[in-house]
Amino acid sequence: MSSLPNQQETVSADTFLRGLWEENPVFVMLLGMCPVLAVTNSAINALAMGLATTFVLLCSSSLVSLLRKLIPKQVRIATYIVIIATFVTIVDYSIQAISLDLYNALGAFIQLIVVNCMILGRAEAYASKQRLGATVINGLGMGVGFTIALLCLGSVREILGAGSLFGFPLFAENFQPWVVMILPPGGFFVLGGWLLLFNWYRQHRERKLMERQGATAGGS
Amino acid sequence: MNQPSAAQTPGLVAATPSLAMLRSLTLVAGLSGLLVVLAYQITLPLIEENKRIAIERALFKVIPGAVSRRDFVATDQGIIAADDGTDQGTLIYAGYDKQGRLSGVALEAAAQGYQDVIRLLYSFDPACQCIRGIQVLKMAETPGIGDKISKDADFQENFAELDARLNADGSALSNDILMVKHGTKTEPWQIDAISGATISSRAVARMLNDSAQQMVPEIMTYLDRLQDSGGEKQ
Repeated sequence: MSSLPNQQETVSADTFLRGLWEENPVFVMLLGMCPVLAVTNSAINALAMGLATTFVLLCSSSLVSLLRKLIPKQVRIATYIVIIATFVTIVDYSIQAISLDLYNALGAFIQLIVVNCMILGRAEAYASKQRLGATVINGLGMGVGFTIALLCLGSVREILGAGSLFGFPLFAENFQPWVVMILPPGGFFVLGGWLLLFNWYRQHRERKLMERQGATAGGS
Repeated sequence: MNQPSAAQTPGLVAATPSLAMLRSLTLVAGLSGLLVVLAYQITLPLIEENKRIAIERALFKVIPGAVSRRDFVATDQGIIAADDGTDQGTLIYAGYDKQGRLSGVALEAAAQGYQDVIRLLYSFDPACQCIRGIQVLKMAETPGIGDKISKDADFQENFAELDARLNADGSALSNDILMVKHGTKTEPWQIDAISGATISSRAVARMLNDSAQQMVPEIMTYLDRLQDSGGEKQ
């Protein structure tokens, strides 16, 4: 991985894009699998969960980054957890205020963002060492990457398992939904499928790159 | 809170900064408390409003023909209007049609389902002494299987006119509301289960029976109080 753990990073496009592709929290780092598998049974739940997590990640990372010189390393984990829990509580109230149906659909998983290891991991590995600007950009990238990954899972599961996308039916009346896809096993099937696709493409690209370099070296 | 352990390890090269730890934890905890209270205060009216809208929407859907409502409470002294005081007891929502006539009452019922407690609103029509509809408020049943209790048309058909008549002395239902296996419904007080979702179906039957056994005698006794819409229109 290309992150520089102990140096101040200068903000570039890569700071943002890393979360989307190279260090995607779901497809590459396999972090936060609990919400990834549990709430992606429909696209709208996946989107809401992704946005809620992004908000918590962004706010908690920013605060950790601002307070990084004040927090002694002996109590850093306790401090991070308190900060994360605060923003999770705020999200919890906000979702109840926005839509009770959505709140009921997401159930306990909103509160469980507290223990999402992606957020704690960002606070520990990145926000506690970097300036506010870099932290915000990086956190945003990670959050967007997480949301996209959740949406990938959620839309495939909803299309196969319920025959709809964002609640709009896609098929004719006689479509027989593949119910297992919106049940827990379906989460594993679809995640496995996406990981396969993702890793196959990465390897394919790396091989192409090596071949090109090999050809240049052979020619000289 | 970590001070004792700091005091017990004096051999460390760099002393544990107790004061810094105390300061940062106090600061963070104070900030966190402030933010949480702020968020709670801002969202509280919105959340209350959302809950009211959710109840009302379910209410007008579950009581056929209702356009306005009035809340009552079932207490030890019988059923009284809920708007004069904060009496503890089971809430009864009475729905009235355009002419202000009682078109039915809605009650909340709950029972343990397959994964979590199922809460629903059902309507009781005093005119036919029957249950006229159910509306699931909260559940965590298996998607595609148990959650059919809220959508399945055949299952909902059970509650078009589910018999809940009182017995001769008016103390209980004359027939228990029962769940029967899919396709074997013969009596108007039976609920035809959803095939494959027996546990969820049984939970619905059990909660309706428990609630109706207790509340229907009360409602029929104090029916005249419920009939008064109080001139309140919404």
